[in-house]
Amino acid sequence: MFSKKNLRLITDPINKNNPITIQVLGICSALAVTVKLQPAVVMAISVVFVIAMSNVIISALRNTIPNRIRIIVQLVVIATLVIVVDQFLKAYVFDVSKQLSVFVGLIITNCIVMGRLEAFAMSNNVKRSFFDGLGNGIGYGSILIIVAFFRELLGSGTIWNIKIIPESFYNFGYFNNQLMIMPPMALIVVGIIIWVQRSKNREMIED
Amino acid sequence: MNRNSNTYTILFSIIMVIIVATILTIVAISLQPAQKRNIKIEKKKNILSALNIQSNAQNATELYDKYVIESFAVNLNGDKVVNIDAFNIDLKKELKKDEENQLWPVYVCATEDGTKYLFALYGKGLWGPIWGYIALNDDLNSVYGVYFDHKSETPGLGAEISTQDFQNQFKNKTLFNENNMFISIDVVKSGAGNNPFAVDAVSGGTITSNGLRDMIKICMTAYLGYIEKNKK
Repeated sequence: MFSKKNLRLITDPINKNNPITIQVLGICSALAVTVKLQPAVVMAISVVFVIAMSNVIISALRNTIPNRIRIIVQLVVIATLVIVVDQFLKAYVFDVSKQLSVFVGLIITNCIVMGRLEAFAMSNNVKRSFFDGLGNGIGYGSILIIVAFFRELLGSGTIWNIKIIPESFYNFGYFNNQLMIMPPMALIVVGIIIWVQRSKNREMIED
Repeated sequence: MNRNSNTYTILFSIIMVIIVATILTIVAISLQPAQKRNIKIEKKKNILSALNIQSNAQNATELYDKYVIESFAVNLNGDKVVNIDAFNIDLKKELKKDEENQLWPVYVCATEDGTKYLFALYGKGLWGPIWGYIALNDDLNSVYGVYFDHKSETPGLGAEISTQDFQNQFKNKTLFNENNMFISIDVVKSGAGNNPFAVDAVSGGTITSNGLRDMIKICMTAYLGYIEKNKK
């Protein structure tokens, strides 16, 4: 099951072909939901589910989908899965779904999802598509979680809503960095991650 | 069958739509009770927040039952209307009705600081609706606590109305002057300080602040009948 080829489908998008840091897709939601760790994790799980499942469904149907309406079919599959996820969040993690508000719905327009369907699932078998979806979802989610970790730690002094920076620091004049809560800082954190990643992998450096 | 023919395409779309619609209907119907329960718990949390009581999803219902001893609907004359579940009144719908048919919920609460009367508010912000609750002391004049929330006000600007700092300003403000005239609480640009009828507006959130002021004025006017009748 986990042959080397299949394993690479999962590991490649996590590092060498990461959808956010290398392909620079899905940036919008990465800015919006990374103020706190909890919504970022829920968002990451939602996206993994939507990409993996839609990859599987489209791949299973790939020989029956009429070519002329394939984009519409892909969108309908994604939209259905996203609505299902949204309904589940509203029923079981209401507080988080309030924080994520429209961004769950906006997974529909996340270019990573449609990109994988069109580029991979339409021409590969179900198993490989599932792994590809899983890999890309995790690649996206991991960046989201890293960014949220630093933004919550430096912006609010908490991790998963638990106070990490002790009260004595504040007494000495330490302040939470209000700038970290603003969306532009997410972009800067993503930029730093790209910098670190590229300086570690020589072959990624372009002239 | 030819996969590029029109018949195939149309058939495929019809079958797809039917399957998707069925799935979504099943999911929506089966999750609806849990979602409705969440919305109710949220409302109870908001009401408790106006009473300066912190609660979470687990203990909100229990605390609500403990502190809110009575809830009923009143009309604009201030008379109680029987057989109406005040908790389920939707102010958005009530505000669209004719004045004589409007029903407004009143919650009577027993807190550690004595009996409080809690009134519901609903109004317009900049981008969408804003709503809240205002709890008055048993003189039905001074404010015990408030809660405001919004659907889509600008974060950092208008959205500040839902912060504790803004809401704390309302404590001990009053709605009536010494001659028993209804003044309401204004939202002013600066220096509300000791003025009992004003609080500081949110800087950069003028339209939201004004919407909030109008909301308090309009909604509390609707409650005037009840307040006049029950004031000591």
